[in-house]
This record gives sequence, C-alpha cells and structure tokens, in this order.
Amino acid sequence: MATTEAFIATARFGLGARPGELAAIASDPQGLLKAQIEASIAPPAELQGLPSAASQVTRFLETRGQEREIRRMLKGDGRDLYLREAGSRTRAMVASERPFLERLVAFWSNHFTVSAARPQVLSLVGAFEREAIRPHALGSFAALLRAAVQHPAMLFYLDNLRSIGPNSRAGRWSKRGLNENLAREVLELHTLGVEGGYDQEDVIALAKILTGWSIARPGKEPRPGHFHFHARAHEPGAKTLLGRRYREDGVREGELALDALARHPATARHLALKLARHFIADRPPESAVRHLAGVYNETEGDLAALAGALIDMPETWREPLAKLKTPQDLVVSSLRATAIEPEDKILVGTLKSLGQAPWTAPSPAGWPDEADAWSAPDALVERVEFAAALGQRLGVHKDPRRMLAETIAPVAMPRTAKAIGRAPSAGDGLTLLLASPEFQRR
Amino acid sequence: MIDRRTLLSATVAGAGLCAVAPGLALARLPGERRLVVVILRGGLDGLAAVPPYGDHHYERTRGDLALERPGPAGGVIDLDGFFALHPALEGLHPLFTAGELALLHATAAPYRARSHFDAQDVLENGTGRPRGARDGWLARAIVALDPAAARAPLGLAVGPAVPLVLRGEAAVASWAPQELPRAEDALLAQVSALWEGDPQLGPALAEGLRMRAMSDEVIGAKDNKKAGRPGPRAFAASARVAGKMLTADDGPRIAALEIGGWDSHANQGRDSGQLARNLDALAGGLLALKETLGPAWRSTAVLAVTEFGRTVRPNGTKGTDHGVAGAAFALGGAVVGGRVLADWPGLGDRDLHEGRDLAPTTDLRTLFKAALIQHLGLSPRVVEAEVFPESAALRPLPGLFQG
Repeated sequence: MATTEAFIATARFGLGARPGELAAIASDPQGLLKAQIEASIAPPAELQGLPSAASQVTRFLETRGQEREIRRMLKGDGRDLYLREAGSRTRAMVASERPFLERLVAFWSNHFTVSAARPQVLSLVGAFEREAIRPHALGSFAALLRAAVQHPAMLFYLDNLRSIGPNSRAGRWSKRGLNENLAREVLELHTLGVEGGYDQEDVIALAKILTGWSIARPGKEPRPGHFHFHARAHEPGAKTLLGRRYREDGVREGELALDALARHPATARHLALKLARHFIADRPPESAVRHLAGVYNETEGDLAALAGALIDMPETWREPLAKLKTPQDLVVSSLRATAIEPEDKILVGTLKSLGQAPWTAPSPAGWPDEADAWSAPDALVERVEFAAALGQRLGVHKDPRRMLAETIAPVAMPRTAKAIGRAPSAGDGLTLLLASPEFQRR
Repeated sequence: MIDRRTLLSATVAGAGLCAVAPGLALARLPGERRLVVVILRGGLDGLAAVPPYGDHHYERTRGDLALERPGPAGGVIDLDGFFALHPALEGLHPLFTAGELALLHATAAPYRARSHFDAQDVLENGTGRPRGARDGWLARAIVALDPAAARAPLGLAVGPAVPLVLRGEAAVASWAPQELPRAEDALLAQVSALWEGDPQLGPALAEGLRMRAMSDEVIGAKDNKKAGRPGPRAFAASARVAGKMLTADDGPRIAALEIGGWDSHANQGRDSGQLARNLDALAGGLLALKETLGPAWRSTAVLAVTEFGRTVRPNGTKGTDHGVAGAAFALGGAVVGGRVLADWPGLGDRDLHEGRDLAPTTDLRTLFKAALIQHLGLSPRVVEAEVFPESAALRPLPGLFQG
C-alpha cells in the first residue's frame, strides 16, 4: 500500500516514481533512500564513453588561431556533443534507480554552474558534471570545491585563464592583468554567500591568489587539457584574505584559501540554506537550516552526512507539495511515470521550450530554486502544453487510473482523481494527471 | 571651465518646477499612457554607451577602451559637446535631436557592493536594500494605479519568467514563445479547474490561458517564435511583441523587458565587437518598439536601466569589472529629451568611487519616481508610501516627462 511517506521519498527526494517504485519504497522509505546514497558512486551506464574535457580542451588549444576550424568546432561538433551530453544525462535521470543521488548531483552541478551560454564552454559542460561534480557529490565539500574550481570548464567560464598577476613575470611583459570574475563568484556563490562578510579587498586578494590557475597546453606542459599551475602568471608576494595572511606559495596558496573557505561558518550557513530551500520549501524553516549548518560544521563538510541529515530530519517529511518542480524535474518525472525514452534532440528541445535546456543557466548563480521564478503565466501554460503533448501521444497505450496509482495516488485530491477517472479519453486523463498540482509540485 | 554642478543645472534649466496635484492616486493612466522598463542585465558599461569624451581624464583613464572623438570619419556621436553616444547607438540619435531621448549619467541604484544578483534585486525591489521586499516596485505601482484590479492586467512581462520588478500582488500578463503543439481549449479549462485551489499558481495559470487566447488575436504566428528569449539578438522580436500588446484595446499598458549579455569582463571591444553588437541590438529593439507602438509612441515613456556600471579603467583582459555608477536611457514621445542629465563627478583619480568606479551622483529612483508621478500621474505621497519607501528625500528628476 503506497503511503504519503512513499510519495515524499519518490517526489521530494527523488525524480518522481517509475512504475512499481512507489510500492517498493513504501516498505521502508528512509532506509531505502539511505541505500541510494550509501554504495560507491559508479557512473550510470548512459554516461559511459563520452569524451573527457581534457580531450576537448586539447583539440581547442591545438586549433587556436585557425578561425574556421574553431568556428566549426563551436558551432557543429560542439553542439552535437552538447546534445549528446544533455540527452545522456537526462536519460540517466529518467532511468536511475538512485534518483536521490541524481538529485544531489544536479543540485551541486547547479551550485557550481558552468553555462553553455558561453560558446567555449558548450562542449565541456557535460564533462564538467561527470568529472568535477559527480565523483564528489557524496564526498567532502572541500574536495568538491577544489575539483570544480580547477576544472577547465570553470576556468574558461569565469575568465581565470586570462587573469594574470600584474607583477608576475608574464604580467610585466603583457598588457593583460587581473580578472576578478572567478574570485568574486567563489566568494559570493560557491562558498560564503553574498552576506558572508567579505569585501572588495578580499575579492582582489583571492583573484591574486588564483592567478596562474590555468590549463596545460599541448606540447608545452604534461597532461594537456588538464588543470595546470602557470607560475609565470602568478602574482608574487603575500596576500591577505579574510584577515588571514597567505605567504607566497604558488598553487598551494589557492588550495589553502579554498580549504579555509570551505571550513568557514558562513559557507556552512549558505549551503544549508540552499539545500533546505531545494529539498524542503522556498522559504524553509529556520530550524532546518540551523540543523543542516550544524551537521556541516560537525562533519567538516561531509556531503553524504548532509544528505543523510535531510533524510533524518522531520521537516523534509512535512509540508508536502510545497515546492514547484523545475522544468527539468518535471520532464524527467513525466518520462519516469510514462516509461518512454525520446531521442536526445527531442528531449533537449522540450526542455528548452519549457525554459530550462540543460546547463544553460542565465548566470553563474545557476537556475533559480523558487516557484516565483518558474510560474509566469506563460510558463505554466507551456507546462500544460507539454503534459497535453505527452498525454495525447501515449493515450492509447496507457491506463490513466493505473498511472495515478503509480505516481501521485497517496496525495491526490478527490477532485483530481475524479477528473482523471472521468476523462473523455485516456489521452486527456494522462494530460490531467501530468498537469495536476499534485504532479507539478512536490 | 565648466563646474560639474552647473552642468546639471544648465541642462535642466527652464524645465521649471513640475507641480503635481495631490490626490491623483486613483488616476487611471491619463491619456492611455504607456510605460516600458527595459532591464539590461549584467551591468552595462555606461562609459562606453554614453562616453564623456569632454572629460579631460577620459582618454587617459579609459586607455585602450577610449573611443575616437567625434569627427568626419566616424568616432562617437556628439550630444552636447561633453557627452556622446557610442557609434553603435547611432540609430537613437534622431530621437535625441527630436527631443525624445534623454540620457542620465553617473547614475546608480542605491547599492554599492558589486554583486549582480543583489544589485538587480535592489534595482527591482525598490526598497534600497537587497531582499528589502519580495515584490517589485513596478508591481506596487500597478496596484496603486488600479487598486481594485478593475480592468484587465495593466502589467506585461515579455520573456520566459516574470522579472522581480513586476512580481507582486498585481496580476500580470506574460508572453513567451510557444514552441510546443497546442492543446485543445476544453482540456485546458479542465486543467485550470484542478488548479483553482492553489492560491499561488491558480491565478497565474488562468491568466496565462487568457493571454494565450488574446495573443492569437493580436500577434501573428511569425513573431511568436523568436520573441521572449533574454539574449540581445531576440530583443527586437520581444520589443515588437510588447509594442503590439501595449496597443491592443484593453491590453496591458506597463511592460517590463529584459536583455542580457552586458557582463563584459573580457574583450568587450571598442567601436566594434561584443559590446558594440549588444548596443546595436538594444538600439534596434528600441526602434522596433517605437515602430510597433505607432501613434501610441507619443504617450509612451521607455526607461532602459542596468544594475550597475563597470570599472572606469580596463581590467587585465580588455574588459571591465563590476563597478558602481553608469548610464540610463529615457525615451519616448512623453519624454522631455534632447539632453544629458548628469551631476558629473569627473574621471580624475580622486573623483572615482573607491578609486576605481564612476561615482554615483544620481539615484535611479529619482528617474523612476519622475516617471510614476509626472508620466503616470501617481501622487508623490502614494509613490513614497507604497512604491519607493523611505525615498522622501529623493526629489524626482524635475520636468523629465511631458505630464
């Protein structure tokens, strides 16, 4: 017998129930959720065989200066690879038997946004998530932070490749200099948060600390296309960040600074608030935020412990239907419910028309996580149109009443159940189910 | 030598005091006035868009980004012997000559840190502090104009989401491209019934369905596809959609549009390149808006504003970083233009805010308040009580709108 707790386990923690999932998880929702985050993280089968960021970056660097070739890569090959990556990742979410883990990967991927809105990053966004985010989603935040900041996609996206210490050896010969972009977003978005107590001097200090964080060039440095510290571009001298002095120490300065930022109480609070907002409510209860920040501080940023805390705390199991699904989670949960697998191009096109093509967030802050941002009148009509398109296409093959039992039955209002049961056609019934508040919210 | 204080008084001299009768809180948009707010997201470089080429520190401090002085072979387009327009904004110059375009300079929202997200929040929430309100100032102005929601929604958002400036208690129409196949009306009505009990989304969905029906009547299918995406290239299409909706009988009268892509940290270019292309798209979109508004342009005011300006000096990567003050645009038949309003702080090293940014001397709220009071006829009392709290000390820019 499916219960409200089973619904919450599949919808709030997961990506919506696949046929049979609701009944299976009902026996022990908390225990079975924990099992999803306990085993080691083997990448899903859908993500095997995709090219590494290093191979893409190396190709890019090797063709530098050859305008036509680069344009071909960005427009043609780059877009093809993006479609393949975005499609594979979405299909992995649709098929996953560990949907809570997929939600966590998506959450941290959005936290460390690199956006395909910048052409150089287009072919790297998928690799970024596979290489920098996924392996650390249940590890320590410090390791995740370092992996994300050192990944070529992030170094490209936030302009650090171009940032050169004005007094470095490279800086003295070049007209180029410091670029604050990466440092500012690390402080504001990735760690302390905008009210985390840093100022412009700290931004500049971190920017100097991170000068030289770059990529190995083919034929010049070992492991081309991977992170490489260019000492020639590194700003010499001691730097003071958040009142702490970092003596000149090359790449180690940045590693120590990121570790210190990861341990900072403002970071704990910032991440706790974002997690609680994502998994509980747009305006989460203060008790939940404080508890998560406490777990973060006690475990020195152990992300598996944080995920476990979400399962153990009462707030996550209350306030049902408080969140509106993002377009991505709506599409994934609709496909999980109906068990169909569209091809990559259609998948990505659908997500785009709903306003959320994978990895194309409008800014480094990532996709918004509040209903206000996704509930413009027209966006809601698009959601209904999507439900109708899917419903009409599948109608003849599915029984809406059975699908109701397999997805939202534990929380369905009588009005919704009645409308689905009385629908004039199976297609209309499925449309009503997928467009209902109970399916759109979680 | 021009004293910077007299520069402002000279440019607004003769405009006189703009007396606004009290008790107009319930005024219903006198004469079918229209107001369009265009938010330039990312931080427009005001010193590139409206270069103060007459400042004798201009060429030195701008370095490689300094534009050519006005001349027979191109260069910037002179406005008043001190300020000019970027060559990519050439299309707007006839409006300036016709008195339908005013520029503001050294202006900023009341926010001095340099976060995009907080700065946009302050620009749009109207309280003077980040997260000072969960609704936007334009939404509150709409409630003040039509407190009983007696007519179809006054507000219109063009784009995939409603920007904060228009979010609030007022119902807002929104428009974004339709790309999915359309469902039948009867089915949509059934879905709508399921949402009736949801106070947050029920009304929004009902409004969306109403707009869907309306848009079929006023807009051809051609514009639907391109409009509504936030990037510069789609701006003209969005502007055309807005222009058409704003002229429909009983349609919206107050619109918010967005155009992204201004965060020019690297290789922003000078008279050509990334920033020039965006400025060109901005000018093209504004002219498309004028064209589709037709005769309604005479009673329209358009405000194009950004969350902050950028650093005065180029950074190390041929771009500019987040700064403080910048430029803003006010245009339309309802604007008393043909001038640049600036209490110019100067570009000398000691004039700069924190030694790096153009110092803010005009609060953007003085522009917004002028538009609400002089153009839309709201009373100063209502504007200060309900739209821009704690702004009583900020005098609206005098005589900026025909009234």
